[in-house]
Amino acid sequence: MTSADLLRLVLLLPLAGAVLNGVAPLFLKHLRTRETLLGTIGTAVVAIPFVLTVYLFVTFGGDPIVADYFTWMAAGDLDLSFAYRVDQLSLLMTLVVTGVGGVIHLYSIGYMHGDDGYWRFFAYLNLFIFAMLNLVLANNLPVLFLGWEGVGLCSYLLIGFWYTDLRNSAAANKAFIVNRVGDVAFLVAMFLVFRELGSLSFDVLLAEGPNLPEATLNWIVFLLFVGATGKSAQIPLFVWLPDAMAGPTPVSALIHAATMVTSGLYLLARLSALVLGAPVVMMIVAIVGAATALMAATIAVAQDDIKRVLAYSTVSQLGYMFMAAGVGAFFVAIFHVVTHAFFKACLFLGAGSVIHGMEEVEHGLEEQGRDPSDFDPQDMRTMGGLAEYMPATRTTYLLATLAISGIPLTAGFFSKDEILFKAFEYGYDGSTYAMAVWVVGILTAVLTAFYMMRSYVLTFEGEPRWPLSDQLAPHESPSTMTGALWTLGLLSLVGGFIGLPAVVQGGDWNWIHHYLGAKYGGPVAEASVQGHVPLALEWGLILLSSVIALGTVYYAWRVYLTQGLGYDAALKRRLRGVYQTWTDKYYWDEFYNEVVVDSLINGVARKGLAAFDTTVVDGAVNGVADTAQNASGLLRRVQTGLVQNYALALTVGAALLIGLMLYGV
Amino acid sequence: MDLSTAFPTLVTDLPAAFSMSVVGLVGLAMIVLDAFRNDHPAIPWLGVAALGVSAAWEATHLGAPQSTVFFETLRTGGFVAFINLIILLTGLATILLSVPYLNQLRYDYGEVYALIMFSTVGMIMLGSANNMVSIFLGLETMSVCLYVLTGFIREDEGAVESALKYFLLGAFSTGFFLYGIALMYGATGTMALPAMAAAELGTLSTRLLFWGGFALFLVGFFFKVSAAPFHMWTPDVYQGAPTPLTGYMSTATKAAAFAALILVLVHAVPGGEWQLSVAAVAVLTMVIGNVMALAQTNVKRLLAYSSIAHAGYVLVGLSAGTSAGYAGALFYLLVYAVMNIGAFGVMSMLEWDGKEGREQTLSSLAGIANDRPVLGSTMGIFMLSLIGFPPLGGFAGKYFVFAPAVDAGLTWLVVIGVLMSALSAYYYLRVVYVFWMQSADDVEATDPVRAAAFPRATVAATGTLVVCAVALVVLGVFFGGVLETTLGFFESTAMATAP
Repeated sequence: MTSADLLRLVLLLPLAGAVLNGVAPLFLKHLRTRETLLGTIGTAVVAIPFVLTVYLFVTFGGDPIVADYFTWMAAGDLDLSFAYRVDQLSLLMTLVVTGVGGVIHLYSIGYMHGDDGYWRFFAYLNLFIFAMLNLVLANNLPVLFLGWEGVGLCSYLLIGFWYTDLRNSAAANKAFIVNRVGDVAFLVAMFLVFRELGSLSFDVLLAEGPNLPEATLNWIVFLLFVGATGKSAQIPLFVWLPDAMAGPTPVSALIHAATMVTSGLYLLARLSALVLGAPVVMMIVAIVGAATALMAATIAVAQDDIKRVLAYSTVSQLGYMFMAAGVGAFFVAIFHVVTHAFFKACLFLGAGSVIHGMEEVEHGLEEQGRDPSDFDPQDMRTMGGLAEYMPATRTTYLLATLAISGIPLTAGFFSKDEILFKAFEYGYDGSTYAMAVWVVGILTAVLTAFYMMRSYVLTFEGEPRWPLSDQLAPHESPSTMTGALWTLGLLSLVGGFIGLPAVVQGGDWNWIHHYLGAKYGGPVAEASVQGHVPLALEWGLILLSSVIALGTVYYAWRVYLTQGLGYDAALKRRLRGVYQTWTDKYYWDEFYNEVVVDSLINGVARKGLAAFDTTVVDGAVNGVADTAQNASGLLRRVQTGLVQNYALALTVGAALLIGLMLYGV
Repeated sequence: MDLSTAFPTLVTDLPAAFSMSVVGLVGLAMIVLDAFRNDHPAIPWLGVAALGVSAAWEATHLGAPQSTVFFETLRTGGFVAFINLIILLTGLATILLSVPYLNQLRYDYGEVYALIMFSTVGMIMLGSANNMVSIFLGLETMSVCLYVLTGFIREDEGAVESALKYFLLGAFSTGFFLYGIALMYGATGTMALPAMAAAELGTLSTRLLFWGGFALFLVGFFFKVSAAPFHMWTPDVYQGAPTPLTGYMSTATKAAAFAALILVLVHAVPGGEWQLSVAAVAVLTMVIGNVMALAQTNVKRLLAYSSIAHAGYVLVGLSAGTSAGYAGALFYLLVYAVMNIGAFGVMSMLEWDGKEGREQTLSSLAGIANDRPVLGSTMGIFMLSLIGFPPLGGFAGKYFVFAPAVDAGLTWLVVIGVLMSALSAYYYLRVVYVFWMQSADDVEATDPVRAAAFPRATVAATGTLVVCAVALVVLGVFFGGVLETTLGFFESTAMATAP
């Protein structure tokens, strides 16, 4: 089999899984409860592509493989083909999507056990993988956009998975609508590209794109970046992601942490050659990334819901990745995408395991006759001491926490340190904004280590805080779930060794750089830096990050272990208004409600444009409809049902036709 | 003509008439079987086998070179194979869908299937005609069978009425048609299509004779494809006829008649002087079909007007008068056959009984999709495809009849077409809305669903509908290959010039 055939399998197997899991049980109701069958199919159609991708990865020769399966439509200059591209970047992303995706599918078998929508869940999840693979493997913007919209749709379906609860469907709507804003920008960017280059294929785009006039390039890259802020949850469009936690936890891990939300970064890395030609936009990217990272990290400090902490942490880490993109270090952004996929998926799945356990407590409370309505299985304030009951979850969660905090030699340490170093290097080279970004990055690193350790200690250490904790005890999750946790936990520990810093062997052992970097023949371009940071300073920076991580983790561990929730109260007292702002998420939702929903939509649009709408727009629409209905009524009178009338019409028609035909003769 | 070689030629040309012979002979065999036992269960399956074998035969001939047989009276080659494939597969689907329907009516007589076979023979002849006589022969063979099929439920007044109307008006239009052929023959002195194009039309009176004759000739075709203003019979007949056979009438007949029309336009009058007339009829057809459909409450009547509207879209492709236009029209006929046979198929499975089914309103089917999800979802696909909703076949089809018309400078025509197809979304979506989103409580009690009286769904019938729905998705995404095939028919020199 050729690579193109293998790629076809990689793409189509998840789609087949989605169809099998989605359509068959829709009609054959008895299949809906066959959980083992559904789960096995769902997982296999992701695991097999993973194995195939590993094979493609191992045998990859270095030159991009373009597989053009068929031309969907050709009209004038526009040529829409289903063409896919296998190169270092798409291979790495495919490995992450199918690998982490496979693990999360495995985890879901246990997590979704007993849910009425088990079949639906796996169908959506498979469909998501298919769409995501389209996104990362596409060789032109339309196919990428197809995947982009596809993952958006799956995200919508899965956030609102338990749609009977109004809050969940509201969250799904919010995600969908906010993403539309970004998508409009993406579409306009595509129009611009087509107008300027007459093609949407990456081959043309990457070859000729950088030669475009800078003003045009600025607009294209800026609009693409606006699209990316929607999908990758950056200021000002990040508001949907925390609410997206309404979906089942594996969804949060897969879509809203490991894969979909990184697609904005993927887009920038794929088009890195273009982005580098728009330095103004790069500055915007870096500043937006830094602002998002810091803002989300501070919000995360003040959240009590375990999934919300992780959600804001995701927003913050995505901000880190945009910082890297903004200083022209795209391969580092992708490096962080990979390591983040490991530890954040692990954290989310760990949180899912915890929630699973706490729901057991909730059921226990119900059986004891207590009202469970004020008990929230996601609230860290009612957890504590879970280490004793859920040892595997605890250990893996701890590993991932250490990784995201940047404890030396874990995955997060290498990637985050590389981002900080690249920002510093770019700043050292004379760019002021990069230096500012670096400072913000350091601050965020402190906050990250702090709130992650807080969430770990509040959840797993100390004494149990749930009601009747002496009678009710949660249990460890089944082995499919803990197996997934261990896999991801170990990857969080060792995943960073694919990108060793420059201080080791002068950067020769930085595999991911050599693999992706354009100067080594890869697809990802990077900013060239003139002034080199001295070796001693490099070591100094690494030392600084290490000290920060270790110090903050130790501090947070100590204060929360000794004072528990008391430390939160102390923080609140000490910071007052600031803390309140964090708890209330900087009032972003209120801002959107007031400005966009109330003022713009309800105020300007409803009141100001209402008259226009009812008279002109509705008038036109109703007018057309009425005219059509009236015409229909009139014509009906001709349709008498009498055969002689019909014959008359036929004759008149024949006469007219003869007249028309002879008119020109 | 030298008759000494006549017999050997007939023998050597016989394979070209494979489908016609197989289908015709099996039709005769059905009549014989029918004489012993008129509801013999093997009869429909005999038909399925014959149509299936013929379809397979035609499928292997899609790439065959264009040529003529039987003394240049019939054509062979890819174009003919393509049209025959549409006709044969539609016939196949019709039989599969008719079995449960006719069982429910207790009208599962063998002659029904035999008539379907005979009318299929007529259609095949029509679609492969190279001579005015073959066109007439094919048209009449097909029509006579259809008149009978429309009214074979003899106790039902509505069916008999519609059959009589169909027969009277059909005979009337055939008069025009035949007279037109006579005038054209008078002007050119030949019945063969390519020879007509080659004939000199020297004087004005000859030209008037020829083009006047051609206009009358077109009346006959426009009647068969129910183009306005020759469409008046359509709603009444479609409503009265047994539902699966309505589907057959609205798809296979159109495919065959349009195929013959394309052959005439390409071979007999390649000059394009007719463009304005055809475009005018296209506009009228699209407007009347779509506007009238808006006010219909009866689903079969609604679908009848919808089929008028779709004839208008095909005529848009023909008005272009280019290879791309004809190829697009052929593609459209395929897509249209699939979606319409499906839509009528679904309706045939949801009818109380054959007689009162004529009066069955859309609202009596409120919420039916929840009880019959397969019928509901396939109907959804058929309706969306009829609107022309991507990524279904109807979208691709409309694109490929409209785009050549724009290229040929008929932008005004396409603008009307697109507006009308936007209008059509209103009534098609209403069907989906009633099927899925209403419930029996939402409609007045005068229209109760009598689900118990529905035909019993067979695997074959349901399977046919599912296959149609899947085919529409496939045609909507992978249309490239089919379109290239149809384009090939018109770009090869054998088709464009006289053999």
